[in-house]
Amino acid sequence: MSEKKSLGGVLLNGIVNENPTFRLVLGTCPTLAVTSSALNGLGMGAAATFVLVCSNVAISMLRKFIPDQVRIPAFIVVICTFVTMVQLLMQAFVPSLYESLGMFIPLIVVNCIILARAEAFASKNSPLPSAFDGLGMGLGFTLALTLMGSIRELIGNGSVFGVNILGASYQPMLLIVLASGGFLTFGLLLGTFNLIVKKIEKKKAAKEVQAA
Amino acid sequence: MSSVTDVLLFMVSCILTNNFIFSRFLGCCPFLGVSSKVETSVSMGLAVTFVMTIASLFCWLIYNLLLVPLRLTYMSTISFILVIAALVQFVEMFLKKSSPTLYSALGIYLPLITTNCAVLGVATLNMNSGYGLLQAVLNGTFSALGFLLAIVLMAGVRERLESSKIPACMKGFPITLVSAGLMAVAFMGFSGLV
Repeated sequence: MSEKKSLGGVLLNGIVNENPTFRLVLGTCPTLAVTSSALNGLGMGAAATFVLVCSNVAISMLRKFIPDQVRIPAFIVVICTFVTMVQLLMQAFVPSLYESLGMFIPLIVVNCIILARAEAFASKNSPLPSAFDGLGMGLGFTLALTLMGSIRELIGNGSVFGVNILGASYQPMLLIVLASGGFLTFGLLLGTFNLIVKKIEKKKAAKEVQAA
Repeated sequence: MSSVTDVLLFMVSCILTNNFIFSRFLGCCPFLGVSSKVETSVSMGLAVTFVMTIASLFCWLIYNLLLVPLRLTYMSTISFILVIAALVQFVEMFLKKSSPTLYSALGIYLPLITTNCAVLGVATLNMNSGYGLLQAVLNGTFSALGFLLAIVLMAGVRERLESSKIPACMKGFPITLVSAGLMAVAFMGFSGLV
């Protein structure tokens, strides 16, 4: 990562260019499992963002003290501490969300996005950029989860965030909210995303040809 | 878990009805990452089976004999992940000494299992469901066999996908996910079996 890159650039990188869900295809388990409704997706995204920012800052501050050989276990312990904090906080303040996310809250520990950012960014950069990197990646993850959750809830239940949109006459397509719908929605969304990215790249290439 | 019938029913429920990948969404990362060839997927599945069985045993012992008496249950996640990481390391060293053929067959997949959420998932599941020791270990083994089944089936499908005509934007992950979705529909047929 070059010195020149501004904090805004670092933030945007996580949301668009290196969107953890759609570009890097990391952390697929929570993406598939908790997005049966928009609210669950948002909650999971928020929890993961909190862990990402905190662990990135902590690891970045500790990066000079952690010996290289044991860095992965050390990172995991740091991440795990924050995950346990999130788990206890959610249990205390948003018990309904805690119930519906269930065992996927402790599983944030093994979410590859968090360990990947610790390894690729936080262990090499100072705390402030690391915080922004965590925030960007977390927001990208949250956006992707909320989008998936909204689509699945809309098709499978006729509502978004619990607000009925398609009216009472809509016959909900239950399949999309069930397990298989997660795979289908994610696959089709990923395909659409690829198509858009390719179109944009083609346009850019065409512009460059014109300019030359 | 008193009779053979119970064990068999539990096996069917773990492998088919509550398949780890198709109905619980655990272990999706290796499922998508290592399912491009049948041979590698078999090695991965076997390695996961091995680790999940031992991890279920050790996590159960630690939770029930250490964390519960000491009232440290909020430390469960952190202790489980450390146990799993240490266990994977230990298994790796043990296999290297005792069975070099198996070790080389499993190769890089062994260390990767630490971050496989199916392993931590099964430990958490055992804890939340309040299983006894035998049931916890059986749950680990059978669920891992379900994982093995799913990843090998997927690898078979993906080998066929390689040679079929797919729109460019759907190549790779997207088509794999859609195929997995259709397989999940098939697995839904098993619901209500137990």
